[in-house]
Amino acid sequence: MAWFSKEKKLKSKGGPVEAQPAPAKKGEGIWNKCDGCAEVIYKADLEKNWNICPLCGHHEMMPVRRRFDLLLDPGTFQELDADLTPQDPLGFSDAKKYKDRLKATAKTTGLRDAFVSGTGSIGGHPVSIGSFAFEFMGGSMGSVVGEKVARVIDRAYERRIPCIVFSSTGGARMQEGIFSLMQMAKTSAALNRFRAVRKPYISVMLHPTTGGVAASFAWLGDVVIAEPKALIGFAGPRVIEQTIREKLPPGFQRSEFLLEHGMIDAIVPRLEMRDKLAQILSLLG
Amino acid sequence: MLKPTFALDFERPLLALQSKIGELKELSGGAKVDFTDEILKLERKARKLQAEIFSDLTPWQIVQLARHPNRPYTLDYLKALFTDFVEIEGDRRFAADRAIVSGFARFDGAPVLVMGHQKGRSTKENMVRNFGMPRPEGYRKARRLFDLAERFRLPVLIFIDTPGAYPGIGAEERGQAEAIAVNLEVMSGLSVPTISTVIGEGASGGALGLGVTSRILMLQYAWYNVISPESCSSILYRDAGQAKKSAEGLKLTAKDLSGFGITDETVQEPLGGAHRDHALAARYVGEAIRRHLAQLKLLSPEQIVADRYRKYRAIGVFTSDE
Ligand SMILES: [Zn+2]
Repeated sequence: MAWFSKEKKLKSKGGPVEAQPAPAKKGEGIWNKCDGCAEVIYKADLEKNWNICPLCGHHEMMPVRRRFDLLLDPGTFQELDADLTPQDPLGFSDAKKYKDRLKATAKTTGLRDAFVSGTGSIGGHPVSIGSFAFEFMGGSMGSVVGEKVARVIDRAYERRIPCIVFSSTGGARMQEGIFSLMQMAKTSAALNRFRAVRKPYISVMLHPTTGGVAASFAWLGDVVIAEPKALIGFAGPRVIEQTIREKLPPGFQRSEFLLEHGMIDAIVPRLEMRDKLAQILSLLG
Repeated sequence: MLKPTFALDFERPLLALQSKIGELKELSGGAKVDFTDEILKLERKARKLQAEIFSDLTPWQIVQLARHPNRPYTLDYLKALFTDFVEIEGDRRFAADRAIVSGFARFDGAPVLVMGHQKGRSTKENMVRNFGMPRPEGYRKARRLFDLAERFRLPVLIFIDTPGAYPGIGAEERGQAEAIAVNLEVMSGLSVPTISTVIGEGASGGALGLGVTSRILMLQYAWYNVISPESCSSILYRDAGQAKKSAEGLKLTAKDLSGFGITDETVQEPLGGAHRDHALAARYVGEAIRRHLAQLKLLSPEQIVADRYRKYRAIGVFTSDE
């Protein structure tokens, strides 16, 4: 079962657990072709608009730290566990050694792994919060990501505060084999313990959220929110197409499809996310 | 409905030798000619050959053994080790999912919840069992039964054997990922002893969806990992044919997982693999389950939850600056 979506539009550095790294180079251009309306937009305009197309409203992916800038009360974000560093427990290599891939990706992204987390406040409500960095190996989950997610939950448990996790990931990181699979169990066990403090856990699914992350803490939110048109599911579309040998219907596995099927609770546009989170926190927090 | 003629490539020389021994024995039976010496010689040779082949199996050969069509499945262990089985099929949501078999039974005379992925041996059986690939309904049936096990204080004994959760349109529509996720959390919080035994294939979330147990046992020639060797190689090399290479890289054997401290015991298989002697394989599995269950029964409900939480919370390899 592959837990790795294969959307070529996702510019991840190091590849989403895939061998062919076609990393976007820095300064590769000042123009961006919109995935929604195919119009060519000045990159600076896109970035100014939190990576939302000013013409059609399409939500492009956004580098991880910008998420905290957008959502948290100014100056409240305190990053924690930034020193957790991945290892290579299997001695894994394909076209490249996993160790080298980690090093190279750390260099281009300025991150040690695919998750950034800490504490902050939203509308005055203190939260334990974390977000995937899709730009780091497709946001894949190995031991470091699993541990950081578990610590976000543990911190919320200890401080009796709500927690929020933003997911954007192809799923488990196969280069860490069974360790990566077991992060699903670890994070779910941490959540189970957290429930006792009666504080909300809000899961926000960004584009894309698939595989082992979807099949663990991302779908265990007391409230599960998605950004518009995010690809969300267990198996990637390519795997499903190969299995059933037919084309998938348009919109399949997108946020709107999941909402229709009762599988998520709300779709919230990026610029409304902060207010929506604050509202939920004030009701349940 | 075992397929006596099926043999893996690396089993063939051994099976050829053994069938020759069988022929000689038959001839000796009605006998003017005495083949006793010849038979003894061949039997020695067969034992030596078997030891040679099986002492040095590659990960890919182990994957093939784990998938051997004559390998004992969940229902075989169920028949051999349990009595009084009452199958419980309803998920109360959508449909019966026969890729997972579940129900109440007695193990050593005491009531338990028993459950496992179930593959079929024939095409017809596999239509019913969906090749052991559950849909959300299977996981939701399991979840319902976990709740009952908790309420009725039943130990939970699970057999893992799946090539993965089913990747289909309906499965996605009905929340395959959610169904698995819920099971991970529910299983992590059960206050009764839970033991899973990986008897064949343990592929990714589809396996783990029944696998967050107090103890994890694994048969000697089973495999367990985050992805199948085929899927791994089609992602890495764009070629499922490189599965052999992926099988090595992924570190998916019982020996690997025991070395990592993920599994609690590797259960020995009969010489030549579990498919060569179902009864003996079941005996070994039964003994291992009995031993671990006895230990877990010494713990209080609170200790069982705490013990399991610690086990999973600690899994991971990383460093920090400190
Ligand atoms: Zn646009």
